[in-house]
Amino acid sequence: MSEHESNEQKHERGNSRVITRLLASVMLMFAFGFALVPLYEKFCEITGFNGRTTNTASQTNEGMNVDETRVVTVEFHTRVSRGIPWEFHPEVRSIRVHPGEVKTVNFIIENRTDKAVIAQALPSVSPGEASLYLNKTECFCFEQQPLAAGERAVMPMQFYLDPDLPDRIHRFTLSYMMYDLTEQGQATANLSE
Amino acid sequence: MSTTVSDTHSAHDAHDDHHDHKPTGIKRWLFTTNHKDIGSMYLWFSFLMFLVGGSMALMIRAELFQPGMQIIDPHFFNQMTTMHGVIMVFGAVMPAFVGLANWMIPMMIGAPDMALPRMNNWSFWILPFAFLIMLSSFFMPGGAPAFGWTFYAPLSTTYSTDSTALFVFSMHIMGMSSIMGAINVIVTIMNMRAPGMNYMKMPLFVWTWFITAFLLIAVMPVLAGVVTMVLTDKYFGTSFFDAAGGGDPVLFQHLFWFFGHPEVYIMILPSFGIVSAIIPAFARKPLFGYASMVYATASIAGLSFLVWAHHMFTTGMPTFASLFFMYMTMLIAVPTGVKVFNWVSTMWRGAMTFETPMLFSLAFVILFTIGGFSGIMLAITPVDYQYHDTYFVVAHFHYVLVTGAVFSIMAAAYYWLPKWSGVMYDDFLSKLHFWCSLISVNILFFPMHFVGLAGMPRRIPDYAIQFADINQIVSIGGFLFGFSQLIFLAVALKCAFKKGKPAPAKPWEGAEGLEWTVPSPAPYHTFDVPPKV
Repeated sequence: MSEHESNEQKHERGNSRVITRLLASVMLMFAFGFALVPLYEKFCEITGFNGRTTNTASQTNEGMNVDETRVVTVEFHTRVSRGIPWEFHPEVRSIRVHPGEVKTVNFIIENRTDKAVIAQALPSVSPGEASLYLNKTECFCFEQQPLAAGERAVMPMQFYLDPDLPDRIHRFTLSYMMYDLTEQGQATANLSE
Repeated sequence: MSTTVSDTHSAHDAHDDHHDHKPTGIKRWLFTTNHKDIGSMYLWFSFLMFLVGGSMALMIRAELFQPGMQIIDPHFFNQMTTMHGVIMVFGAVMPAFVGLANWMIPMMIGAPDMALPRMNNWSFWILPFAFLIMLSSFFMPGGAPAFGWTFYAPLSTTYSTDSTALFVFSMHIMGMSSIMGAINVIVTIMNMRAPGMNYMKMPLFVWTWFITAFLLIAVMPVLAGVVTMVLTDKYFGTSFFDAAGGGDPVLFQHLFWFFGHPEVYIMILPSFGIVSAIIPAFARKPLFGYASMVYATASIAGLSFLVWAHHMFTTGMPTFASLFFMYMTMLIAVPTGVKVFNWVSTMWRGAMTFETPMLFSLAFVILFTIGGFSGIMLAITPVDYQYHDTYFVVAHFHYVLVTGAVFSIMAAAYYWLPKWSGVMYDDFLSKLHFWCSLISVNILFFPMHFVGLAGMPRRIPDYAIQFADINQIVSIGGFLFGFSQLIFLAVALKCAFKKGKPAPAKPWEGAEGLEWTVPSPAPYHTFDVPPKV
């Protein structure tokens, strides 16, 4: 009988070792789920996976060669977040640029409400890979746009394409989604970081 | 995988009988720590949920019987598709497998019970509460969740009603239940095997559940994390999935499918184990390629972590990523093919008989393979753009989950019912159940391939007029299949009330394994003294 009991004690010890490891794995995987959020962000930043462009001004293209042998079509696409009565569109729907060449495109926003608002545009590039080669030297999306009631504003965006842009990309879309940040106000002023 | 048991065993059974006392009435079930009681509760609960989720499917099919809106409004239709999915995945299929694991794993490895019996009681008894919370959301303003069982953000965050909170909490509870169940299975298998029962002698059902349990440990916490993020995005101002706050809705899909793809293998690996037990029994030949079955199961489990983005080809991915996920997905066909060929080779030149468990297993092999083939079609990135979110996808995953997982559970139930209840099931009713199910399930799901390829989108309560004929056929199949399951209820009730021929300890001539060495019905306590293997 004593042998039986020592077996049982051995079992108990073995059990608690396995249980501890399994519970640790559960905790680890729960944390891993959350760790995936910054990992995904970093991954996208490096690979352009989700088409997010960097929201900080690039250096100018000084000393960069303009590759006149290639022409790339850049299409602009604008949307306003659901249910917000603003007008938001680019002056031109698409332009053709040589890699390395600096271009400016104006975007027009009009607040059709009778309230002052704060707007913020978020860019997205499709295919995402192109976002790695899109350099904006100036963009309204870098900061929040306060708009008075009924105000209409012209917002410039200046960019050039890195001549390292892969040859297979002849055309890409730069999309802006305009969000209403009036409520969040300045609290999220640094979200673009 | 030959298991020989010494004859001293029957002596232990006599010894078992006289300490077979247990509390009676409701207390027996509330406080039980017996793996057989808990297994039975899991199985009955999952069957109840199967009927609840099935009624929702019938509501969907009734609405889709004709084009136009007839019976239910679109928002309620969305609630039906959502709850049907959630209940069938988390309420029917998963608990049924846990129930089978509870009943069979200790008996198959010669253990007296599960390793952690009190936790076992908990992991079952929190489940009914999870589903009460989930189902009570129907009575909230705005109704139950209506964002699909995949609860994609922003549908579940920006555009959902407050039932999301109940959804999240009940998901948390289900997750806890699954994790506790998985821990129990792993500890039992690692520490409670009878002397001589080494890993490569374990029945395949035990092996597949062992691997499934590790999958559960790995991905259920990720699901818990995702639902938590949905909750905080909706109520606490975080922006995990909200682009306006710096988040990314596509991230939701990555996180969800990182859980979701292993989850679909969680719902099929135990089936592989069941079929690998039944086919050798009725082909009267040992399983062909036992070791390759084990390695194939493990590689399927490993690959399941590398294929999640094949659910998201249309979200726009770099070519390299699309190719990677496409090839990885197709690679899964290799170990799965190994399994199918092994089952076929097991039957080759076997002395086959066609009892009901075998019929369900054969249907499983053929129909699951059809589901596998449509899976390979869906894996092809360029054509996935055509198939994505159409009825072709619905046909695919119902072939692998209904004629796959559910058929294998039916096969398991018929195979082990004599052991559980001590009586043989009603043979006529069981055959009737099989043939009705087999015919109706194909009327139900096969034509969905065609409307899917023709472009009928899923999760829409109305459809273009040219899909009307096929949808009527599908709906008729759906009602036939639904009501055929009541035959199974009749069979199970007859067994539960001991109406039938008494079953011998080993009712199947070719069956192998320790569970057949104990009398039928299995005594309340088995293997108090470990058997010699």
